[in-house]
Amino acid sequence: MNILVCISKTPDTTAKIAFTEGNTKFDENGVQWIINPYDEWYSLVRAIEIKEKDPTTNIHLITVGGPEAEPIIRKALALGGDEAIRVNSNSNDSYVIAQQIAAIAKQGSYDLIMTGKETIDYNSACIGSMLSAILDLPYVSLANHLEVNGNTASVQREIEGGEETNEVILPMIISCQKGMAEQRIPNMRGIMAARTKPLKVVEPLATNAHTSIKEFSLPPSKTGVKLIAPDQMDELVKLLKEEAKVI
Amino acid sequence: MVLIYIDHSEKEIKKSSHEAISYGAAIAKQLGCSAEALLLGTVNDDLTALGKLGASKVHQLNNESLNNFDAKVHASLIATAATNLNAEVIVFAHNINGKAIAPAVAVKLDAGIVTGACSLPDLQNGFEVTKTVFSGKAFAHIKIETPKKVIAINQNSFGIQNFEASATVVEMTLPIPAASVKVTNVNKIIGEIPLTEANLVVSGGRGLKGPENWGILLDLAKALGAATACSRPVSDSDWRPHHEHVGQTGIQIAPNLYIAIGISGAIQHLAGVNRSKTIVVINKDPEAPFFKAADYGVVGDAFEVVPALTAAISKMKHNE
Repeated sequence: MNILVCISKTPDTTAKIAFTEGNTKFDENGVQWIINPYDEWYSLVRAIEIKEKDPTTNIHLITVGGPEAEPIIRKALALGGDEAIRVNSNSNDSYVIAQQIAAIAKQGSYDLIMTGKETIDYNSACIGSMLSAILDLPYVSLANHLEVNGNTASVQREIEGGEETNEVILPMIISCQKGMAEQRIPNMRGIMAARTKPLKVVEPLATNAHTSIKEFSLPPSKTGVKLIAPDQMDELVKLLKEEAKVI
Repeated sequence: MVLIYIDHSEKEIKKSSHEAISYGAAIAKQLGCSAEALLLGTVNDDLTALGKLGASKVHQLNNESLNNFDAKVHASLIATAATNLNAEVIVFAHNINGKAIAPAVAVKLDAGIVTGACSLPDLQNGFEVTKTVFSGKAFAHIKIETPKKVIAINQNSFGIQNFEASATVVEMTLPIPAASVKVTNVNKIIGEIPLTEANLVVSGGRGLKGPENWGILLDLAKALGAATACSRPVSDSDWRPHHEHVGQTGIQIAPNLYIAIGISGAIQHLAGVNRSKTIVVINKDPEAPFFKAADYGVVGDAFEVVPALTAAISKMKHNE
């Protein structure tokens, strides 16, 4: 079985969010880069678990990003990817990124293409769905459980207030979230092995972006908390009803 | 024309789609065109009543088989319908199913897309839509460069409008593609308000000390008619089920009211709840970082404050 795992580089969850160049660019100063947690903890680790059960499985990693993305690709290889492809593009337009991934996916014969449910920087949740349209493949999103049996996948996905199980004939695309697998730390053997695993760099396809980011802004900061004494709960209820108008 | 996709489950239109209709109607007003809704499948709701939310027409593909959600099939039908109806803007709720299909529809229509939108488009310099980024810690103002546009609107960010109007229902026929997924099991938690649909949420953290102490929180939730949630350490320790975990790696919510009990307010937790309209923090530690993100705070022992708050809510409800 061949699995393509999509990996994205994102700022660490505790990174300070600030912007430069007239609020048009994310301020990368001092930012620690990580693999997008949904890509790493859920999608990649589940792919590795599948390989552990069936060692004939190949796990290919793909990222669309500049050379600065290489440390996170090496980390993903250390966790258990077999080889990696970096498409040398710094686009932040989901459509352009999905087209790059689709072009690589068409060259391989992948049974499963896995993504995280969204990245923690742009939160667009677009890539899996776009890939399904470009590659004309079934798509199950927000999955928290996956079993593969021959050419059939049983996927559990989140629905409002519960879960639903879908049976899908491979190949398919799946976006993963909490529940799918547990976070792992790469071991020394993995880190050593990752140094010599293939990492291919390819130039991007020429694709026109559909969107452009004009500006970033920060939400207005809260005006300050209004403290209510613990014995004044009638007052709190009154404020919620009459001032905040939420109950 | 602005076309709004109506999402439904168990024969009922989702609240997030009501909001999407009102949002789509407001865009139609900006553009000087009509707002029409698209329904795949069958529901029990009165479709003419969607006029109250702002839809002048409801196009319905009246086929029971579409009540099972299949991202590939649904995206393909929506794209065909949008093309046939000559829609310029297609609106989705940025909810579970919207996330699965809106980007695919955008690809099929060669349309630029903004998901997680939280504003009406700004038409002064083209077509700019604001979306939340960095898990609610910032906004990006995004220009859609294509003639057709797809927007998925964040839940609880626009509100529901009320018009004195009724919609006409138009039946639509399209060939239905073969199913790509088979739904083999549905497991819904009965009798609980789904977190992502809830207006009011009561949430607990490690400050409650153990699962046996959750009674006071459940009583408050019951008095309010609120859904219940928890912080990551609580779900990781199996004090509460995983589907209650809100935060960066759990569920992101934006209710009207979020009451945090015994939660310190780590940045990863705030990322899941910072779009809530009003935040109340109850914590005995006055230095808890959550107070900085709160609208109302109570510094005190949860085991005394929460039952007192429940009593105050019950008293208010009783007097109504």
